[in-house]
Amino acid sequence: MTDQTINQQKPVQGEKRMFMTGNEVIAYAALAAGAEMMCGYPITPQNEIMHYWTRLAPKYERRFLQTEDELSAGFSTLGGVLAGRRAFTATAGPGNVLMQEPLSMAEMMRIPIVLIVQQRGGPSTATVIYSQQEVTLTCYGGNGEGARIVYSPSNHQELYDYTLKAFNTAWTYRFPTFILGDGYQAKMRESLTIYDPAVRGVQMVPTEPIIGGPGAPGTEREAVHLRNTFNTEEELYEIITAMMGEYDRIAPSIVEHEAIQTDDAEILILSHGVVSRATAAAVRELREAGIKVGSFRPITLRPFPVEALRNALKPVKKMLIVESAQGQLAKLCKEAIYGETTPIEYIFKPGVGVTAEEVVAKVKAMA
Amino acid sequence: MSECMEVTATTLLEPKMPRSWRRASKPHKFCPGCGHGDVLKALGTAIDDLGIQDRVVFGCDIGCSLLAWDFFECDTVQAHHGRTTPVITGIKRARPDRICIAYMGDGGGYAIGAQHLVNAATRNERITVILANNTNYAMTGGQMAPTTLPGQKTETCPYGRDIEAMGNPTLGPEMVAAITKENAYVARGTMANMRQLTTMLKKALQNQIDGRGFSFVEALASCPTNWRMNAKSTWDFVEKEMPNYFKVGELKVPAPKEG
Repeated sequence: MTDQTINQQKPVQGEKRMFMTGNEVIAYAALAAGAEMMCGYPITPQNEIMHYWTRLAPKYERRFLQTEDELSAGFSTLGGVLAGRRAFTATAGPGNVLMQEPLSMAEMMRIPIVLIVQQRGGPSTATVIYSQQEVTLTCYGGNGEGARIVYSPSNHQELYDYTLKAFNTAWTYRFPTFILGDGYQAKMRESLTIYDPAVRGVQMVPTEPIIGGPGAPGTEREAVHLRNTFNTEEELYEIITAMMGEYDRIAPSIVEHEAIQTDDAEILILSHGVVSRATAAAVRELREAGIKVGSFRPITLRPFPVEALRNALKPVKKMLIVESAQGQLAKLCKEAIYGETTPIEYIFKPGVGVTAEEVVAKVKAMA
Repeated sequence: MSECMEVTATTLLEPKMPRSWRRASKPHKFCPGCGHGDVLKALGTAIDDLGIQDRVVFGCDIGCSLLAWDFFECDTVQAHHGRTTPVITGIKRARPDRICIAYMGDGGGYAIGAQHLVNAATRNERITVILANNTNYAMTGGQMAPTTLPGQKTETCPYGRDIEAMGNPTLGPEMVAAITKENAYVARGTMANMRQLTTMLKKALQNQIDGRGFSFVEALASCPTNWRMNAKSTWDFVEKEMPNYFKVGELKVPAPKEG
């Protein structure tokens, strides 16, 4: 097989059942999505995204750059996106802190970058594998009030599906888009179906150069002048107001959630990401025991599924919020349901996993 | 007689500018006597002479260089402080057919963005970095920069830069020359010698056009506002004092291209 024939092949053809780690899933999803460029800097637990990308990418003429830090990874990815490439980066923990600088530029300049975050423990260097402590940072980490989209997948199939979707969301709406995973999802192996998006009728949104496109600037077309600095408060106010207005308009078409047995639930369990697998298992067990319990999971943490959560709350007498953090999801939930008086209990386990057994015991104590 | 006067008036209204300059944003926004205008004039002339205006992607940093965001009739992106080098690196790697220029000040290049300059140079990125050295952080009101000269007073070293406490001024081109391969182009020019500066910028851009390697030009530039100097003292500082420490000339010139 010559290089030429390799290059013409799609990296993922048809549909294929696979048993992979989450990081591998993301690398394959990015390839299948037609991502053309990744810039990255090593940090656990996202490293294997780069490892798989660097092995696969050259076979399909995709680009990779290992940079000097996450600032450079983020900003050079922005350069790739500005030049019209479907480009992404990945990080975690302290790297996510640094990544907020380029991401805030993406917010201001509406640059459709995709960032994969595999959460690890914090604050500081902390632990390298697992937590859900990067919710606030990932949803609201920029300076000022930028708009962004954050997906929180809970299993490997979703890691694949939502990585594909993240590129389309970013390039459709021109807001930076995040996949918020975690080290358990990153390192664990699980079965899933990988597929060429075309065979499922998913069209990848075409990309185009934002800067350096065809035509002579000044004669054949206007030169592109992009800035993030403004001279007057009023100028900035107009831009932020317009941006937030647009974000609010498009939010209903982006927002996603999963509700399990919420129709008659008297106790509602809220969780997101990998923790919602424990809560889903707990709901099954508790239902068998005759307890009217349901679970609600925001898939988009930003925009948050406010209406859906409020609807799910109607029959509910008590709520339980479960997360591997000290109340970061809880903060988002409470803001979304402001005015409701449903009592809330919590399982907060910062940096530690949550089992179905713990949730079952807690709900039984609440019932 | 009246014809003559009309010609004069027209000449006054339309000063000679490089073709690649954007007329709608002139007169430019820099302070009177600022060196940025001259450095960007040399760059505009270099872009014109090489006929690359259609292919240039220009990136400007934060600091006074941010004011260049609409300076050229070229596609331009304003980055964050120190981050123009990686943005331009990303654009170049995504679109190697573009001529990608990162424009910054000494704070952006030698302090907050030093790691990006060092690593872009080490990787031999096929980009051109142009750095205006005016020995201070000018946009923020004249603080000490990596390039502030020994004894020079700024807002954050009001008694003069003490090299015992704050080290010696950064020698950027010397550093870049030490870490780049032989096919890099590295030079220090000055607004006091526009012909030489233009030639350096042309060589730096040509090195990128040829796809040979990293190119870096530091340009000594004036800042009368923050130096609090009149025209004569400003010019003396640029022409006489700065080159005593910052030697003007080429530090690395690739061998002529074969073929």
